[in-house]
Amino acid sequence: MSANNDSIKKTLIVAILLCLVCSIIVAGSAVLLKPLQVKNKLEDKKKNILAAAGLLVEGKSIEEQFKQVSTRIVNLETGAYASETELSELAAAGFPVERFDQKKLAKNPNFSKKLAAKNDPASIKRKEKFAAVYLAKKDGAVDRIIIPVHGYGLWSTLYGFIALQGDAETIAGLGFYSHTETPGLGGEIDNPNWKSMWVGKKVHDASGSVAIDIVKGSVVAGNPNEINQVDGLSGATLTSNGVENLLRYWLGEQGFAAYLTSLDQGA
Amino acid sequence: MTTSVKEILTQPLLTNNPIAVQILGVCSALAVTTSLNVTLVMCIALTLVTACSNLCISIIRNHIPGNIRIIVQMTIIASLVIVVDQILKAYAYEVSKSLSVFVGLIITNCIVMGRAEAFAMKNPPVLSFLDGIGNGLGYSVVLISVAVVRELFGSGSLFGFEILPLVTNGGWYYSNGMLLLPPSAFFIIGLFIWVSRTLIPTQVEKADFKIQPNTETSGAH
Repeated sequence: MSANNDSIKKTLIVAILLCLVCSIIVAGSAVLLKPLQVKNKLEDKKKNILAAAGLLVEGKSIEEQFKQVSTRIVNLETGAYASETELSELAAAGFPVERFDQKKLAKNPNFSKKLAAKNDPASIKRKEKFAAVYLAKKDGAVDRIIIPVHGYGLWSTLYGFIALQGDAETIAGLGFYSHTETPGLGGEIDNPNWKSMWVGKKVHDASGSVAIDIVKGSVVAGNPNEINQVDGLSGATLTSNGVENLLRYWLGEQGFAAYLTSLDQGA
Repeated sequence: MTTSVKEILTQPLLTNNPIAVQILGVCSALAVTTSLNVTLVMCIALTLVTACSNLCISIIRNHIPGNIRIIVQMTIIASLVIVVDQILKAYAYEVSKSLSVFVGLIITNCIVMGRAEAFAMKNPPVLSFLDGIGNGLGYSVVLISVAVVRELFGSGSLFGFEILPLVTNGGWYYSNGMLLLPPSAFFIIGLFIWVSRTLIPTQVEKADFKIQPNTETSGAH
């Protein structure tokens, strides 16, 4: 039998059969497990949102905790919440509110545009028209505004959330859920000690422009800009610059500035 | 071939360890050993893949044409790895995030290919399956010992629980940052190989060639 194993006919039959069987197994497992994987991803996102806002309590179900958070879609151009028509347009294109995927939206030519290099300090390449914001309410008033941010660090794009307090001015927390910075250097953006430095910092300076500043070394105590400044990460200047750029971009005019101002006046 | 089941299972643990003796599959050992949790999942994944691929290949070994056998093995291994990756993403999302590409890279792990080619092509299914388990366990022994050293002295913890309180968290232990970087795994595996060859001298290979002494000058004219 092994003698005619090497015939062309046998070789082709074995190859084709094997490919068929393997592709069925692979496709089957991918399709069967997809619902669970999607659920995991959504839950992970919710967890990151809660963690950035400092609202995450260990040991309680994420679903339960996320109930205090409402998801709203914002039109980044006008700074207003997306209208009913815009929402249905988005839903029709596959972006309903509960499964809003901003990363994907930025790739959809109908809902995004290319950014000119000079307007793109955070190297995000394409700007989406809509973004999701997450509002956590406490006693009827908005307590935390959680905004998705992303931008280039040293090795790749960092994805995270920044949480502002109800005044849309004071930072309540910051967290990145996806990055590939060097462990021990740029990877220290995950260090809880560093993240805690952000709490209580202000977004704008006295003149009203976005002034978040990650300084090299340590913040000099008592200097006039102290309220906008955070210590840089030692050995990770490019990551620090990346974080500064992306925060300035997303909190600035091209990002959520219009929305945050409207929220401030409305409140 | 009269190898007993017990030998097939236990030999790869120390006497014929795939990493320490055959120096196979070192690449993933560098990447996934910074924390024990991740390492354990990686070991289980690799053991399963090796065992199942050995089993599948052994079942159809009489029908595999010799000239495409490597491709056939790769196809089977790759499919199994994708299935494992999908399962991890569905049931162990956190770990699969930290393993990221390394589950996919099991495909290129020389241990899996090596056992398929060296053992499963020649032996019956059940023995091949056990051989896969044995070699997976051999891989695990080395990986887990490397991970214990790296996590304990690199981050001061085991399975994420703090053992040595770090200075950055108000403790006394200055973590050894080098242990968190891939080169340190090389050193630890090197030490492991040294210890294992000292204990079991038969592991030391014969030198490929022997350096002859210099030509005797007295014999020259």
